[in-house]
Amino acid sequence: MRHIISILMENEAGALSRVAGLFSARGYNIESLTVAPTEDITLSRMTLVTRGSDEIIEQITKQLNKLIDVVKLVDLAEGPHVEREMMLIKVKTSGAGAREEVIRLVEIFRGNIIDVTPTTYTIELTGHADKLDAFIVALDKAPILETVRSGVSAISRGTKSLHV
Amino acid sequence: MKLTGAEILTRFLADEGVEYVFGYPGGAVLHIYDALHRQDRLKHILVRHEQAATHAADGYARSTGKPGVVLVTSGPGATNAVTGIATAYMDSIPMVVITGQVPTSLIGNDAFQEVDSVGITRPCVKHNFLVKDVKDLAMMLKKAFYIATTGRPGPVVVDIPKDITAEVTEYKYPRQIEMRSYNPVVKGHPGQIKRAVKMMVGAKRPMIYSGGGVILDDASKALTELGHLLNCPVTNTTMGLGGFPASDRQFVGLLGMHGTYEANMAISNCDVMIAIGARFDDRVTGNIEKFAPKAKIIHVDIDPASISKNVKVDVPIVGGVNNVVKAMLKQLKADGFQPNEEVLGKWWEQIEKWRAKDCLKYSTDGDRIKPQHAVDLVHQITKGDAFVTSDVGQHQMWAAQYYGFDKPRRWINSGGLGTMGFGLPAAMGVQLAHPKAQVVCITGEGSIQMNIQELSTCLQHCLPIKIVCLNNGYLGMVRQWQEFFYDNRYSHSYMDSLPDFVKLAEAYGHVGIQVDKPADMEGAIKETFKLKDRLVFLNILTDPEENVYPMVPAGAGLDEMILI
Repeated sequence: MRHIISILMENEAGALSRVAGLFSARGYNIESLTVAPTEDITLSRMTLVTRGSDEIIEQITKQLNKLIDVVKLVDLAEGPHVEREMMLIKVKTSGAGAREEVIRLVEIFRGNIIDVTPTTYTIELTGHADKLDAFIVALDKAPILETVRSGVSAISRGTKSLHV
Repeated sequence: MKLTGAEILTRFLADEGVEYVFGYPGGAVLHIYDALHRQDRLKHILVRHEQAATHAADGYARSTGKPGVVLVTSGPGATNAVTGIATAYMDSIPMVVITGQVPTSLIGNDAFQEVDSVGITRPCVKHNFLVKDVKDLAMMLKKAFYIATTGRPGPVVVDIPKDITAEVTEYKYPRQIEMRSYNPVVKGHPGQIKRAVKMMVGAKRPMIYSGGGVILDDASKALTELGHLLNCPVTNTTMGLGGFPASDRQFVGLLGMHGTYEANMAISNCDVMIAIGARFDDRVTGNIEKFAPKAKIIHVDIDPASISKNVKVDVPIVGGVNNVVKAMLKQLKADGFQPNEEVLGKWWEQIEKWRAKDCLKYSTDGDRIKPQHAVDLVHQITKGDAFVTSDVGQHQMWAAQYYGFDKPRRWINSGGLGTMGFGLPAAMGVQLAHPKAQVVCITGEGSIQMNIQELSTCLQHCLPIKIVCLNNGYLGMVRQWQEFFYDNRYSHSYMDSLPDFVKLAEAYGHVGIQVDKPADMEGAIKETFKLKDRLVFLNILTDPEENVYPMVPAGAGLDEMILI
């Protein structure tokens, strides 16, 4: 099962490596990981996507909670939540037809073209990870020069919130 | 008052109540050593290798319950300390390790004696700090002691760059501490405690399995009372020995790989298991599928991550062991609990049948000294009241099986990491903490050579430790496995050129005694313990091919033991 673990932690040097080190030391797998300070600069919010059986996920959350820098965490997959990922993708567009086709695709996927050269487009696209995957498939004929994905960010639906 | 970082460190340690600092100087900690020289509240114990400093601090901590404190320099000072830090981490021992670091401006430059101490120690500490501003130093030290000694204890490293120790700032001892990210649970959940008590009351074949958590939380009094109230068999892990008196009729001995027949059979047949401050380690459970197959399990532990990690439990209780056991006692008494003697009588009848196998028997007829006999005699001659440290291997198991600990904090061994070389330096910490007590290091000729240089430290600080070396000429536990599982191919488990330990002890300024005949052994041990003010190295030449029994082979269930 795929789980999205959201972690509030002290914004201190080395906090990230404690989490990464824990995962490698105990053989857990990280699918994606994003981290940045919150509105309170003493706190960082980390979103970590991992997979494992219920027992493994239970151990992962317990072991994360043991890290001194971790203030609070929640497994968002336990309830309704919204997840988003951002992708920046640079594609080669040779010929008017190909450029038109890319513009159309970007519109369909509700992305933005954020940089243009005579031979390339750079596209910004936000959405569920599946949507980003689908866009890459749909690009099909336009050669991709570069893909940058942010990793998943997620938040619970409704009034619930993860805060100190 | 304005002080340098180095002065703040020494002042803080004294204000925190620290008695001894175990350490070794070097470039990055010169300011600190100078500050040590200019004060008289802290005593510094100069070791001969940084690993020994950590083990000595560890022995001090295990035998007192107070945190051990270590001071080493950057680079190799820190890396040498890592084995001792990992040892303390695996056994949840409170320890604060101060490592020097190259000056802030040189960090990351591959400077002389630079190593990323925070990075290297990260996986084997409860937490660590790099001090970047002298103004944070006192508070970080306070946090280090707080984290090391509360919740599930463990080692904390504080890495201090040299320039920080020279900078000056205002110092005030921080009395209060609050951390939003660290609040260990100490009280057990009342509902869970009620459920656990109900399960105990209904048990037909109850059993207590307790570990190091009982020792660490000073819960042996409460545990003993619970055992007596329930009138059930009690087994201890290697870390938990002394948590329940070994001489008590209800004590069935060690469990696990080298556990007694009665303990392992009782585990395999009990219907309710009360696991207290133990973590279902692989050396305890054997084949996890076959572990306590008939039992409902209650598990009390301060660390939520230890619960349901290896074995799924029925009633988990997170909390301080002492608090929880006391709450259980209170509930049992409030309910007017009386053990059902008829039902328990049958259970005890069965246990006595297992006990009658006398699985720890050994013969003293031959012309070689039996190591078990040596441990038995040490027990007799010290009246079972010594502090016993051990190294790792066969002698460790024999000490655990035969010494019989009636009190907590008397048995000091590296249970989790299994660190050879632990015994002698640990004994130094114990002896310093208990200057009048009898401290014995039961070791082997393999292990003792891993930190033998500490004989010099013992002389400098007048530590009259008694080293009992069960010398069989082999790395015995390795040899035993090679005998059982590798067709007697004794690959590199034989040491061909052992030193003359008697002369070696003498060269270090101590007394050496050697004995190789069973008839002479009692006299030699008596003579050893008579020399109250001297370190004595008693080299006992034992039966080279004696094995540790019973033994549960890897992958087998606890009821599938090899008996002698």
